[in-house]
Amino acid sequence: MQALAETTTVAPFDGWDIERRVLLRTALYVALALAVYGVSFSALAVSSGFSFAQTCAMSLLMFNGASQFAFVGVLGAGGSIVVAVLSALLIGARNATYGVRLGPLLGVRGPRMLLAALFTIDESTALAVAHDRPGDRGRAGRFGFWSAGIAVYLLWNLAAMGGALAAARIGDPRSLGLDTAVAAGLAGLVWPSLRDSTTRAVALTGAAIAVALTPVLPAGVPVILAGLLAVAVVMLVERSRTMRAPSLRQLRAAA
Amino acid sequence: MWPAIGTTALGLYLEKLAGFLLPPQALERDAPRRIAALLPIALLAAIVAAQVLASGRTVQLDARVPGFAVAVLLLIRRANFLVMVVSASATTALVRYLGWMA
Repeated sequence: MQALAETTTVAPFDGWDIERRVLLRTALYVALALAVYGVSFSALAVSSGFSFAQTCAMSLLMFNGASQFAFVGVLGAGGSIVVAVLSALLIGARNATYGVRLGPLLGVRGPRMLLAALFTIDESTALAVAHDRPGDRGRAGRFGFWSAGIAVYLLWNLAAMGGALAAARIGDPRSLGLDTAVAAGLAGLVWPSLRDSTTRAVALTGAAIAVALTPVLPAGVPVILAGLLAVAVVMLVERSRTMRAPSLRQLRAAA
Repeated sequence: MWPAIGTTALGLYLEKLAGFLLPPQALERDAPRRIAALLPIALLAAIVAAQVLASGRTVQLDARVPGFAVAVLLLIRRANFLVMVVSASATTALVRYLGWMA
Protein backbone atom coordinates (compact mmCIF):
# COMPACT_ATOMS: atom_id res chain seq x y z
CA MET A 1 0.00 0.00 0.00
CA GLN A 2 2.83 2.36 0.97
CA ALA A 3 4.71 1.57 -2.27
CA LEU A 4 1.60 2.10 -4.35
CA ALA A 5 1.01 5.49 -2.70
CA GLU A 6 4.60 6.49 -3.47
CA THR A 7 4.48 5.48 -7.10
CA THR A 8 1.26 7.42 -7.61
CA THR A 9 2.55 10.59 -5.93
CA VAL A 10 5.93 10.69 -7.71
CA ALA A 11 4.50 9.91 -11.13
CA PRO A 12 5.93 12.46 -13.62
CA PHE A 13 3.72 15.15 -15.20
CA ASP A 14 0.85 14.55 -12.83
CA GLY A 15 -1.71 17.33 -12.31
CA TRP A 16 -0.26 18.41 -8.96
CA ASP A 17 3.17 18.95 -10.46
CA ILE A 18 1.76 21.34 -13.04
CA GLU A 19 -0.52 23.08 -10.57
CA ARG A 20 2.34 23.58 -8.15
CA ARG A 21 4.38 25.30 -10.84
CA VAL A 22 1.41 27.50 -11.82
CA LEU A 23 0.94 28.47 -8.16
CA LEU A 24 4.62 29.32 -7.73
CA ARG A 25 4.64 31.40 -10.91
CA THR A 26 1.48 33.26 -9.89
CA ALA A 27 2.93 33.95 -6.43
CA LEU A 28 6.13 35.28 -7.95
CA TYR A 29 4.30 37.48 -10.45
CA VAL A 30 2.08 38.95 -7.75
CA ALA A 31 5.14 39.57 -5.55
CA LEU A 32 6.98 41.34 -8.40
CA ALA A 33 4.00 43.60 -9.13
CA LEU A 34 3.74 44.48 -5.44
CA ALA A 35 7.48 45.16 -5.25
CA VAL A 36 6.95 48.15 -7.55
CA TYR A 37 4.43 49.32 -5.08
CA GLY A 38 6.82 48.70 -2.17
CA VAL A 39 9.40 50.94 -3.81
CA SER A 40 6.89 53.80 -4.10
CA PHE A 41 5.85 53.27 -0.49
CA SER A 42 9.33 53.66 0.94
CA ALA A 43 10.17 56.56 -1.40
CA LEU A 44 7.06 58.30 -0.10
CA ALA A 45 7.89 57.43 3.53
CA VAL A 46 11.47 58.73 3.30
CA SER A 47 10.34 61.91 1.54
CA SER A 48 7.72 62.44 4.29
CA GLY A 49 10.51 62.45 6.87
CA PHE A 50 10.67 58.83 8.06
CA SER A 51 14.18 57.42 8.63
CA PHE A 52 15.58 54.42 6.71
CA ALA A 53 15.16 52.20 9.80
CA GLN A 54 11.57 53.34 10.38
CA THR A 55 10.64 52.77 6.75
CA CYS A 56 12.06 49.23 6.77
CA ALA A 57 10.45 48.50 10.16
CA MET A 58 7.04 49.53 8.82
CA SER A 59 7.28 47.13 5.89
CA LEU A 60 8.67 44.28 8.01
CA LEU A 61 6.22 44.59 10.91
CA MET A 62 3.02 46.10 9.50
CA PHE A 63 3.20 44.15 6.23
CA ASN A 64 0.00 45.61 4.82
CA GLY A 65 0.53 47.93 1.85
CA ALA A 66 -2.70 49.91 1.99
CA SER A 67 -2.38 50.46 5.76
CA GLN A 68 1.25 51.53 5.41
CA PHE A 69 0.31 54.05 2.69
CA ALA A 70 -2.54 55.41 4.80
CA PHE A 71 -0.29 55.75 7.85
CA VAL A 72 2.46 57.58 5.98
CA GLY A 73 0.01 59.57 3.86
CA VAL A 74 -1.92 60.97 6.83
CA LEU A 75 1.27 61.98 8.66
CA GLY A 76 2.79 63.38 5.45
CA ALA A 77 -0.30 65.55 4.94
CA GLY A 78 0.11 66.94 8.46
CA GLY A 79 -2.52 64.75 10.14
CA SER A 80 -2.29 63.65 13.77
CA ILE A 81 -0.70 60.39 14.95
CA VAL A 82 -4.01 59.10 16.36
CA VAL A 83 -5.73 59.60 12.98
CA ALA A 84 -2.81 57.91 11.19
CA VAL A 85 -2.92 54.84 13.47
CA LEU A 86 -6.72 54.67 13.24
CA SER A 87 -6.77 54.82 9.41
CA ALA A 88 -4.17 52.05 9.19
CA LEU A 89 -6.10 49.81 11.60
CA LEU A 90 -9.47 50.42 9.91
CA ILE A 91 -8.00 49.39 6.57
CA GLY A 92 -6.39 46.32 8.16
CA ALA A 93 -9.64 45.16 9.79
CA ARG A 94 -10.49 43.05 6.75
CA ASN A 95 -7.53 40.78 7.54
CA ALA A 96 -9.46 39.45 10.55
CA THR A 97 -12.08 38.06 8.16
CA TYR A 98 -9.33 36.38 6.11
CA GLY A 99 -8.05 34.49 9.16
CA VAL A 100 -11.50 33.04 9.83
CA ARG A 101 -11.47 31.57 6.33
CA LEU A 102 -7.79 30.53 6.38
CA GLY A 103 -7.73 28.91 9.83
CA PRO A 104 -9.56 25.69 8.90
CA LEU A 105 -7.89 25.53 5.46
CA LEU A 106 -4.30 25.84 6.73
CA GLY A 107 -4.88 23.81 9.92
CA VAL A 108 -1.98 25.54 11.67
CA ARG A 109 -1.25 25.85 15.39
CA GLY A 110 1.45 27.35 17.62
CA PRO A 111 4.43 29.02 15.93
CA ARG A 112 3.15 28.16 12.44
CA MET A 113 -0.12 29.94 13.16
CA LEU A 114 1.79 33.01 14.39
CA LEU A 115 3.74 33.03 11.12
CA ALA A 116 0.63 32.40 9.01
CA ALA A 117 -1.03 35.39 10.70
CA LEU A 118 1.86 37.66 9.62
CA PHE A 119 1.49 36.46 6.02
CA THR A 120 -2.29 37.02 6.00
CA ILE A 121 -2.77 39.66 3.31
CA ASP A 122 -5.09 40.16 0.32
CA GLU A 123 -2.83 38.31 -2.13
CA SER A 124 -1.99 35.20 -0.07
CA THR A 125 -5.65 34.84 0.93
CA ALA A 126 -6.81 35.28 -2.66
CA LEU A 127 -4.46 32.58 -3.94
CA ALA A 128 -5.37 30.19 -1.12
CA VAL A 129 -9.12 30.64 -1.53
CA ALA A 130 -9.01 30.46 -5.33
CA HIS A 131 -7.31 27.05 -5.19
CA ASP A 132 -9.17 25.62 -2.21
CA ARG A 133 -11.35 22.65 -3.13
CA PRO A 134 -12.51 19.61 -1.25
CA GLY A 135 -10.90 17.16 -3.73
CA ASP A 136 -7.28 17.52 -2.57
CA ARG A 137 -7.94 18.20 1.16
CA GLY A 138 -6.77 21.80 0.72
CA ARG A 139 -3.27 20.94 -0.53
CA ALA A 140 -3.28 23.46 -3.40
CA GLY A 141 -4.89 26.12 -1.23
CA ARG A 142 -2.23 25.74 1.48
CA PHE A 143 0.59 25.75 -1.08
CA GLY A 144 -0.86 28.90 -2.67
CA PHE A 145 -1.06 30.66 0.68
CA TRP A 146 2.50 29.92 1.74
CA SER A 147 4.10 30.61 -1.66
CA ALA A 148 2.31 33.96 -2.04
CA GLY A 149 2.91 34.88 1.61
CA ILE A 150 6.64 34.11 1.53
CA ALA A 151 7.30 35.52 -1.97
CA VAL A 152 5.45 38.78 -1.27
CA TYR A 153 7.06 39.18 2.17
CA LEU A 154 10.58 38.79 0.79
CA LEU A 155 10.16 40.99 -2.29
CA TRP A 156 8.04 43.59 -0.48
CA ASN A 157 10.78 44.13 2.10
CA LEU A 158 13.65 44.06 -0.40
CA ALA A 159 11.74 46.64 -2.46
CA ALA A 160 11.10 48.78 0.61
CA MET A 161 14.81 48.77 1.43
CA GLY A 162 15.79 49.59 -2.15
CA GLY A 163 13.20 52.36 -2.39
CA ALA A 164 14.31 53.90 0.89
CA LEU A 165 17.95 53.92 -0.28
CA ALA A 166 17.03 55.38 -3.67
CA ALA A 167 14.68 58.00 -2.17
CA ALA A 168 17.57 59.64 -0.38
CA ARG A 169 19.04 60.52 -3.82
CA ILE A 170 15.79 61.61 -5.50
CA GLY A 171 15.34 64.89 -3.68
CA ASP A 172 11.82 66.23 -4.28
CA PRO A 173 9.59 63.19 -5.03
CA ARG A 174 7.01 65.50 -6.61
CA SER A 175 9.35 66.26 -9.51
CA LEU A 176 9.06 62.56 -10.48
CA GLY A 177 5.30 62.57 -9.98
CA LEU A 178 5.57 60.11 -7.08
CA ASP A 179 2.45 61.56 -5.45
CA THR A 180 0.48 60.43 -8.51
CA ALA A 181 2.26 57.04 -8.43
CA VAL A 182 0.81 56.47 -4.96
CA ALA A 183 -2.73 57.38 -6.08
CA ALA A 184 -2.38 55.23 -9.21
CA GLY A 185 -1.01 52.30 -7.20
CA LEU A 186 -3.86 52.45 -4.68
CA ALA A 187 -6.41 52.78 -7.49
CA GLY A 188 -4.87 49.69 -9.09
CA LEU A 189 -5.36 47.80 -5.81
CA VAL A 190 -9.06 48.74 -5.59
CA TRP A 191 -9.85 48.41 -9.29
CA PRO A 192 -10.40 44.61 -9.46
CA SER A 193 -12.97 44.77 -6.64
CA LEU A 194 -15.14 47.35 -8.45
CA ARG A 195 -17.01 44.62 -10.31
CA ASP A 196 -20.58 45.19 -9.10
CA SER A 197 -22.69 48.29 -8.62
CA THR A 198 -22.47 48.13 -4.81
CA THR A 199 -18.68 48.28 -4.66
CA ARG A 200 -18.66 51.05 -7.27
CA ALA A 201 -21.22 53.00 -5.27
CA VAL A 202 -19.16 52.56 -2.09
CA ALA A 203 -15.96 53.72 -3.82
CA LEU A 204 -17.54 56.77 -5.47
CA THR A 205 -19.39 57.79 -2.29
CA GLY A 206 -16.20 57.44 -0.26
CA ALA A 207 -14.20 59.54 -2.72
CA ALA A 208 -16.88 62.24 -2.91
CA ILE A 209 -17.27 62.54 0.88
CA ALA A 210 -13.49 62.68 1.37
CA VAL A 211 -13.16 65.60 -1.07
CA ALA A 212 -16.23 67.40 0.32
CA LEU A 213 -14.90 67.21 3.90
CA THR A 214 -11.29 68.17 3.05
CA PRO A 215 -11.73 71.96 3.59
CA VAL A 216 -13.53 71.58 6.93
CA LEU A 217 -11.61 68.87 8.83
CA PRO A 218 -7.94 68.23 9.74
CA ALA A 219 -5.88 65.99 7.39
CA GLY A 220 -6.74 62.30 7.52
CA VAL A 221 -10.09 62.73 9.31
CA PRO A 222 -12.09 63.21 6.06
CA VAL A 223 -10.77 59.85 4.79
CA ILE A 224 -11.79 57.91 7.90
CA LEU A 225 -15.23 59.57 8.02
CA ALA A 226 -15.70 59.07 4.29
CA GLY A 227 -14.89 55.36 4.60
CA LEU A 228 -17.31 54.76 7.46
CA LEU A 229 -20.09 56.95 6.05
CA ALA A 230 -19.89 55.47 2.54
CA VAL A 231 -20.28 51.91 3.85
CA ALA A 232 -23.16 52.94 6.14
CA VAL A 233 -24.98 54.84 3.37
CA VAL A 234 -24.63 52.12 0.74
CA MET A 235 -25.65 49.35 3.15
CA LEU A 236 -28.70 51.31 4.28
CA VAL A 237 -29.75 51.99 0.68
CA GLU A 238 -29.29 48.29 -0.14
CA ARG A 239 -31.32 47.23 2.86
CA SER A 240 -34.21 49.59 2.05
CA ARG A 241 -34.22 48.24 -1.51
CA THR A 242 -34.36 44.58 -0.50
CA MET A 243 -37.11 45.43 1.97
CA ARG A 244 -39.11 47.23 -0.68
CA ALA A 245 -38.77 44.50 -3.32
CA PRO A 246 -41.08 41.89 -1.75
CA SER A 247 -43.76 44.48 -0.99
CA LEU A 248 -43.80 45.49 -4.66
CA ARG A 249 -44.28 41.87 -5.62
CA GLN A 250 -47.03 41.58 -3.08
CA LEU A 251 -48.71 44.64 -4.59
CA ARG A 252 -48.61 43.09 -8.03
CA ALA A 253 -49.96 39.81 -6.69
CA ALA A 254 -52.76 41.69 -4.99
CA ALA A 255 -53.61 43.60 -8.18
CA MET B 1 7.38 58.25 15.74
CA TRP B 2 8.58 54.80 16.92
CA PRO B 3 5.71 54.29 19.43
CA ALA B 4 3.17 55.05 16.68
CA ILE B 5 4.87 52.57 14.30
CA GLY B 6 4.95 49.94 17.06
CA THR B 7 1.30 50.46 17.99
CA THR B 8 0.15 50.24 14.38
CA ALA B 9 2.27 47.16 13.68
CA LEU B 10 0.99 45.39 16.81
CA GLY B 11 -2.62 46.38 16.07
CA LEU B 12 -2.41 45.15 12.47
CA TYR B 13 -0.85 41.86 13.59
CA LEU B 14 -3.52 41.29 16.24
CA GLU B 15 -6.23 41.93 13.63
CA LYS B 16 -4.68 39.23 11.44
CA LEU B 17 -4.25 36.80 14.35
CA ALA B 18 -7.78 37.42 15.65
CA GLY B 19 -9.20 35.75 12.54
CA PHE B 20 -7.32 32.52 13.30
CA LEU B 21 -8.55 32.51 16.89
CA LEU B 22 -12.20 33.23 16.15
CA PRO B 23 -14.57 30.28 15.69
CA PRO B 24 -15.41 29.57 12.00
CA GLN B 25 -19.04 30.57 12.66
CA ALA B 26 -17.91 34.11 13.53
CA LEU B 27 -18.66 35.42 10.06
CA GLU B 28 -21.90 33.64 9.41
CA ARG B 29 -23.81 36.81 10.09
CA ASP B 30 -24.03 38.93 6.98
CA ALA B 31 -23.48 42.46 8.25
CA PRO B 32 -19.96 42.14 9.75
CA ARG B 33 -18.72 40.33 6.64
CA ARG B 34 -20.20 42.96 4.33
CA ILE B 35 -18.71 45.79 6.36
CA ALA B 36 -15.28 44.15 6.41
CA ALA B 37 -15.44 43.67 2.63
CA LEU B 38 -16.73 47.16 1.77
CA LEU B 39 -14.79 49.27 4.30
CA PRO B 40 -11.35 48.93 2.66
CA ILE B 41 -12.85 49.79 -0.74
CA ALA B 42 -14.46 52.95 0.66
CA LEU B 43 -11.31 53.93 2.59
CA LEU B 44 -8.95 53.29 -0.33
CA ALA B 45 -11.18 55.26 -2.72
CA ALA B 46 -11.27 58.10 -0.18
CA ILE B 47 -7.48 58.02 0.14
CA VAL B 48 -7.07 58.07 -3.65
CA ALA B 49 -9.42 61.08 -3.94
CA ALA B 50 -7.55 62.92 -1.19
CA GLN B 51 -4.20 62.00 -2.74
CA VAL B 52 -5.26 63.42 -6.13
CA LEU B 53 -7.30 66.46 -5.10
CA ALA B 54 -6.40 67.53 -1.56
CA SER B 55 -3.49 69.74 -0.68
CA GLY B 56 -3.53 70.15 3.09
CA ARG B 57 -7.01 71.51 3.75
CA THR B 58 -7.69 72.89 0.27
CA VAL B 59 -9.01 71.09 -2.79
CA GLN B 60 -6.63 71.80 -5.63
CA LEU B 61 -6.62 70.82 -9.31
CA ASP B 62 -2.99 70.51 -10.36
CA ALA B 63 -0.61 68.22 -12.31
CA ARG B 64 -1.82 65.21 -10.31
CA VAL B 65 -5.18 65.27 -12.14
CA PRO B 66 -3.91 64.56 -15.71
CA GLY B 67 -1.56 61.90 -14.27
CA PHE B 68 -4.41 60.17 -12.48
CA ALA B 69 -6.61 60.42 -15.58
CA VAL B 70 -3.93 58.46 -17.46
CA ALA B 71 -3.97 55.85 -14.66
CA VAL B 72 -7.76 55.43 -14.92
CA LEU B 73 -7.59 55.17 -18.70
CA LEU B 74 -4.92 52.45 -18.48
CA LEU B 75 -6.87 50.61 -15.77
CA ILE B 76 -9.93 50.56 -18.06
CA ARG B 77 -7.75 49.22 -20.86
CA ARG B 78 -6.37 46.56 -18.47
CA ALA B 79 -2.77 47.68 -18.84
CA ASN B 80 0.02 46.12 -16.81
CA PHE B 81 0.27 47.46 -13.22
CA LEU B 82 3.83 48.72 -13.64
CA VAL B 83 3.07 50.41 -16.98
CA MET B 84 0.03 52.09 -15.43
CA VAL B 85 1.88 53.46 -12.38
CA VAL B 86 4.90 54.64 -14.36
CA SER B 87 2.78 56.33 -17.09
CA ALA B 88 0.67 58.11 -14.48
CA SER B 89 3.63 59.49 -12.55
CA ALA B 90 5.50 60.37 -15.76
CA THR B 91 2.48 62.39 -16.95
CA THR B 92 2.38 64.34 -13.69
CA ALA B 93 6.15 64.86 -13.77
CA LEU B 94 5.98 66.11 -17.37
CA VAL B 95 3.10 68.50 -16.74
CA ARG B 96 5.00 69.88 -13.73
CA TYR B 97 8.23 70.18 -15.69
CA LEU B 98 6.45 72.14 -18.44
CA GLY B 99 4.86 74.31 -15.74
CA TRP B 100 1.35 73.88 -17.13
CA MET B 101 -0.46 73.30 -13.85
CA ALA B 102 1.19 74.59 -10.67
